[in-house]
Amino acid sequence: MTVSRPWQLTMRVLAIAWLLALLLVPVALIFYRTFEPGIGAVWDSITTPAAISAFWLTIEVSAIAVVVNTVLGVVMALALARGRWRGKWLMDTVIDLPFAISPVVVGLSLILVYGTTGWFGRDLADAGIQVIFSTPGIVLATVFVTLPFVVREVTPVLREVGDDQEQAAATLGASGWQTFWRITLPSIRWGIAYGVVLTTARAIGEFGAVSVVSGKVSGETETLTLLVEKRFANFDLAGAYAASALLAAIALLTLLVMTTFNRRREEA
Amino acid sequence: MIAARGITKRFGDFVALDDVTIEIPDGSLTALLGPSGSGKSTLLRIIAGLEMPDGGVVEIHGSDQTRVPPQRREIGFVFQHYAAFKHMTVRDNVAFGLKIRKQPKEQIDARVDELLEIVGLAGYQKRYPNQLSGGQRQRMALARALAVEPRVLLLDEPFGALDAKVRADLREWLRRLHDEVHVTTILVTHDQEEAMSIADHIAVMDHGRIQQVGAPRELYDRPANRFVMGFLGPISELGGRLVRPHDIVLELEPSPGAHEAQITRIVHLGFEVRVELAMPGGDGVFAQLTRDEAQQLEVSEGDIVWLRATGVTVEASEPA
Amino acid sequence: MSVIALPRRRPAVRSGALALGISTLWLSVIVLLPLAAVVVRSLDGGVGDFWDAVSSRQAVAALRFTILVSLATAAINAVTGTLLAWVLVRDRFPGKKVVNALIDLPFALPTIVAGLTLLALYGPNSPLGIDVAFTQFAVLLALLFVTQPFVVRSVQPVLIEVDREMEEAAISLGASNRTVFLRIILPNLLPAILSGAGLAFARAVGEFGSIVLISGNVPFDTQVSSVYIFKLIESDAPIGAAAVSVVLLLVSVIVLALIRLLGRWGARHDR
Repeated sequence: MTVSRPWQLTMRVLAIAWLLALLLVPVALIFYRTFEPGIGAVWDSITTPAAISAFWLTIEVSAIAVVVNTVLGVVMALALARGRWRGKWLMDTVIDLPFAISPVVVGLSLILVYGTTGWFGRDLADAGIQVIFSTPGIVLATVFVTLPFVVREVTPVLREVGDDQEQAAATLGASGWQTFWRITLPSIRWGIAYGVVLTTARAIGEFGAVSVVSGKVSGETETLTLLVEKRFANFDLAGAYAASALLAAIALLTLLVMTTFNRRREEA
Repeated sequence: MIAARGITKRFGDFVALDDVTIEIPDGSLTALLGPSGSGKSTLLRIIAGLEMPDGGVVEIHGSDQTRVPPQRREIGFVFQHYAAFKHMTVRDNVAFGLKIRKQPKEQIDARVDELLEIVGLAGYQKRYPNQLSGGQRQRMALARALAVEPRVLLLDEPFGALDAKVRADLREWLRRLHDEVHVTTILVTHDQEEAMSIADHIAVMDHGRIQQVGAPRELYDRPANRFVMGFLGPISELGGRLVRPHDIVLELEPSPGAHEAQITRIVHLGFEVRVELAMPGGDGVFAQLTRDEAQQLEVSEGDIVWLRATGVTVEASEPA
Repeated sequence: MSVIALPRRRPAVRSGALALGISTLWLSVIVLLPLAAVVVRSLDGGVGDFWDAVSSRQAVAALRFTILVSLATAAINAVTGTLLAWVLVRDRFPGKKVVNALIDLPFALPTIVAGLTLLALYGPNSPLGIDVAFTQFAVLLALLFVTQPFVVRSVQPVLIEVDREMEEAAISLGASNRTVFLRIILPNLLPAILSGAGLAFARAVGEFGSIVLISGNVPFDTQVSSVYIFKLIESDAPIGAAAVSVVLLLVSVIVLALIRLLGRWGARHDR
């Protein structure tokens, strides 16, 4: 059906107006407000010791979450796509749970297990390990919320590619590990890449769960997102904008990478 | 009468139709026959109004319908892949055209039942398209198109997606339906056997132009050019002219106008005998004899014979 | 002469079991264990305490507001998401690819930043003079932002796959554009629209980061359940928080189950 010209234009305008009002103009405004006082002020704002430490903490936590969830994500994808067992729908559901749970509840759940009054509270205290209000807690929270991304991107690829090549490799004498490394892994590399990007973006942007489990000690257990909130609460609007602009820039970069990978995936 | 006059259509640089003119007599079953890319589907869709021509006119019953949208042309269209409304039952599919014309419910139901009876799907009212076979879906599509009593029925390679046996059955069935219902029908196909067996008239198309229009027999016996001859049946080249293999006579003695050739192979295909020969220049030719003719001749591989063309021949070196 | 050495035991079977074992262990420790803790420990004070926590006036008010505003979000997204999907699939204009990429922005942007950006444009210092901060509308705005991509991305692939010949068949039978859209296209899009709206709803009920700044978190007014839970945690009432969390979890789980059923219902006519 060919839509009449006036309708087509109206819909186009409405769609773009909606996106502008809801997404683009607010984000653009942040950049504008951020750089209003000049680049120098912005630079100072994002290079304070607190900011630098927040930056590195965010990077560190995200890196761990990405590595862990990539490896385990591929393992889970193999179990789902290559395994022959019943109850796959159950694993599918559990994997989807992090999407359905409020981040605050995620944080709460970790407190109830690893906090001082949690199930493992006493044991952890005896071993001298602090999880909640410390970096391990932040890592756990981030790993929880970013769990599904890699596995959900890799599983359909594995299913679609099929195991013919792997069987061929086995008949040629390849061990399980060789087959995986040389045959399976290359076939899923774009799925992994895309999943990694999604994981990274989500990890960097996590706020709710981290807000609950972190002690928010500046310079120690404060991530970039927590820094934004703290600055806002302290009426340091310019500082909050600056940190936000940094995060938004990272987000836009992520979007760019996502789009490029998407195109590569379709061409592959 | 349906007519298309001077139709041209371009897709970018590709010329799909180049000044095409054709008249379809009322009540006839006309086939648009040609290879892919010949423009036949494009022509059909322009007649339907699903495409707009760059130039030319479409006339239906004397009135210029070129700029009239397809909704108001009173046509029925059947697609190669059925285009069934998969979210509706068979009944709702067939009733669709009547429902949007706001006809009363009893009238619609009666007509749907009648049509399903005609197409052999009585009792399938409540089924969904995904519960039907390909052939059944196409018959439903036909019932759907006929429900609104169109002035012309347009079919775009309707049997292309079906198995050979189903295709053959459905083709015969369509001819019988046409004889009963008498709607002017235009059928697009690339299958010359299909066109030859059921159409009253055939328009052979190639490269966006109509090569010849006529009854099946006429096209076969008196082809206008090399393309039509080659598309509708086998051809052999003899002395610069094209002739049907079954119109080549093998003689044991030379005669005026006969060509010398040596038999390279004789293949017995039941009733037919196919004789492959080599001309002095090295070119290969093949002739088709009946079993009796071959027996009477008593030739074998390696023999020299003389070939003469009977029947109509066409100049071999013709511009396309 | 070389001999092809066949593996004695099919490596696939062994590693398959290993993958399953590791996966189960991983999911149990990371996801199931903490969730179990929430459910189990919500009853630490007995059913009586659980019920008190869940039925307190503030808890109920927060839950009601959360569900209502999330439903509104899902409903609005159903419309705007379909519109966006239509324009992205059926229209052509310069910069369409950029627009398509930008749809995913809410997925990439941290929620706290999203909240801040909306506050900048629609809050006290708004250059447009629009100030809706600390109102229920602000919560709706934040939720619309973060759930933006769900319906669009759900509908797009389905719209691309819609059989154009079905539309042409309807047209050849006399249907107007409006009829074609309402009777042919929309019924085929409906499962995807509902699925996307369901995902948006599930995301909206739990949303926290984008709401904290712009809503003011006024109890009985603009406070959502996630913020209420947060307040309970801060005031050292983790068990009460767990109880309210269980209710919220229940809502999400039910919606997820419905979406899954919807997917199967939607595919019933495919073949």
